[in-house]
Amino acid sequence: MTDDGDLVFRALADPTRRHLLDRLFERDGRTLTELESELEMTRFGVMKHLRVLEDAGLVVTRREGRTKLHYLNPVPIRLIHDRWIDKYTEHRVSALAELKTELEAAG
Amino acid sequence: MTTMTAQTTQVYSVFIRATPEQIWDAITKPEFTAKYFYGSLVDSDFEVGGEHKSWSPDHSQVWVEGVVQDADPPKRLSYTWRALYDEETAAEEPSRVTWEIDPGENGVAKLTVVHDQLEGAPKTAANVAGGWMYILSGMKTLLETGKPLAG
Repeated sequence: MTDDGDLVFRALADPTRRHLLDRLFERDGRTLTELESELEMTRFGVMKHLRVLEDAGLVVTRREGRTKLHYLNPVPIRLIHDRWIDKYTEHRVSALAELKTELEAAG
Repeated sequence: MTTMTAQTTQVYSVFIRATPEQIWDAITKPEFTAKYFYGSLVDSDFEVGGEHKSWSPDHSQVWVEGVVQDADPPKRLSYTWRALYDEETAAEEPSRVTWEIDPGENGVAKLTVVHDQLEGAPKTAANVAGGWMYILSGMKTLLETGKPLAG
């Protein structure tokens, strides 16, 4: 973990990996088999993506008996937030984020 | 937009450039928790079976109370959690918080917080989800720079 920021940005720069994080956001603590069933991808492919997310700290795995469960860890994203957003006027950023949410919900 | 159902097991993890002993102190000493845990003051002898409390900054109210389940310094600490700062969470069943410190490599330790047994505490589960992120980010900043997070 020399520069965790690099690993996080690299991990997020892929739609499949973002999709995996979205799936875990909806329901956490899933097995590889569960995640694989929702993606049109080989088991090996999903494993590779999960590995990149794990290296970046965005996914944490825990063993429960013989199964390995995957959890979304949002802390690295929070650290990027604290590093980049807190410096600027945060309320202005959130006003724009709200506007985007409203406009997109309406559309 | 997807809404999040609060998870009954929540896992949060962060890499911190610090020794396990420094991290243990940050978790167990009130002068540290005051700087990253919403100003709260931790209060416990960290003996299994003993009380674990978090006081409000002015020491007038207990915000969180529980019982120590496991204490193995500087590796692992586990206690039950009942949040009294809110009437609804106070009425729920206790959940459990476990801190795990892995020494890691090159002076960078991995700290993991598992907040589980939240089945009987849905309000608490929803309530702490954003909180742990903020707390771990604040602890990392404090230990690596000596200063609390701004704002």
